[in-house]
Amino acid sequence: MDSRAILAELPRLRRYARAMVGERAAADDLVQDTLEKAWARVSQWRAGSDLRAWLFSIMHNLRVDQLRRPALSTRSLEEDPVEPPTRATQTDRLEVRDLESALARLPEEQRAVLLLVALEEMSYTEVASVLDIPTGTVMSRLSRGRERLRLILDGQQPSTPLRVVR
Amino acid sequence: MSKPLITEADLHGHVDAQAPSSRRTEIEAHLAAHPEDAARTQAYQAQKRALQELFHPVLDEPLPEALRQLAARPATATAAQDQPVLSRWSLQRIAASVLLTLASGATGWLAHGQYQPAERLAQITPLARQAAVAHVVYSPDVRRPVEISAEHEDQLVTWLSKRLGAPVRAPKLGPQGFELVGGRLLPGNSGPVAQFMYQDASGQRLTLYVSTEIAANHDTAFRFSREGQVNVFYWIDGKYGYALSAGIDKDALARVASAVYDQLDRN
Repeated sequence: MDSRAILAELPRLRRYARAMVGERAAADDLVQDTLEKAWARVSQWRAGSDLRAWLFSIMHNLRVDQLRRPALSTRSLEEDPVEPPTRATQTDRLEVRDLESALARLPEEQRAVLLLVALEEMSYTEVASVLDIPTGTVMSRLSRGRERLRLILDGQQPSTPLRVVR
Repeated sequence: MSKPLITEADLHGHVDAQAPSSRRTEIEAHLAAHPEDAARTQAYQAQKRALQELFHPVLDEPLPEALRQLAARPATATAAQDQPVLSRWSLQRIAASVLLTLASGATGWLAHGQYQPAERLAQITPLARQAAVAHVVYSPDVRRPVEISAEHEDQLVTWLSKRLGAPVRAPKLGPQGFELVGGRLLPGNSGPVAQFMYQDASGQRLTLYVSTEIAANHDTAFRFSREGQVNVFYWIDGKYGYALSAGIDKDALARVASAVYDQLDRN
């Protein structure tokens, strides 16, 4: 396991963490913990095996531990001010926020599967191995996650002005 | 009726281009005959593209320095050093020797100190946690950050020493750029503890939490803990437990912690 290989995985780890956790600082904390854990367990890594999958599964386990523990809510004091969405002028921005908030409303386990498939473009068997669940479970979580996300987004989207009324 | 059965998994396989090629024709035929399924798979494809677009920019962000440095093998990561799962705030990320190196101006953040046995942590971590909570509660307060302000430092120190039943004092952190704002008395685990608050020219606040409740009575080196956005250095000196908390980076906080330690050590 060498530093350059890890460095190459960092952007992807950060992207997945950001999508999972939402907040930037908390996501980077998770990546940081992942790296520390990886180095502490470096003897468990078999040379030649998939470094990305190994790092993602460490991150997944840390995240599970994190959620099991009651959180100390020490939040950033300089959070972004909450902008009230203004529908007329900020359609694009609103859609982005819709997707982010819809994603945050998915159950954690569905979000994890969905993101590994959508962002990392992992195969279903890779996802199963990273999350340490059977492939059948991957499929059912993917299916439920996608459908739920679709319904949430449908419910939120402003209706098109010229809708055909049947 | 004799048509091959298309499963939900086939539809997702189609969305993700993971369906076996032998199934492709059958799936396409199914979608042509079932507009609702076709609309649904299209929505899933659009969802996938939208997620990729939304999070793609993260890949191009510059890497935070702390992460970049952690990509390098830490000095202590040897093959035999597997560690039990330690929770976030109990991770011991720095050892005193590393801190001294940093304080003496060496470059590079060697984040990995030695990991401590769990039973020792059990006694010590609550200190860092309590201090971080106290920091988060009082440091953002603009109008009433302290009970007694630095103008009355003598009174503050006398009062806190009396209430804690042991002499305490506020270290001078001027050379580190921090001036005393004041202090307050707080409830600890079983009695009173003290908090001194400092502020630098930019308004960045730092708190020193002083507890005299330490029963363990063995001194420790510096420990580091991160509690959410708050970084904490803490150590035990006799019956005193000290925790220095701030929302500033570890290196900067380490330098201040080192100054605090030096002054209090000469008590």
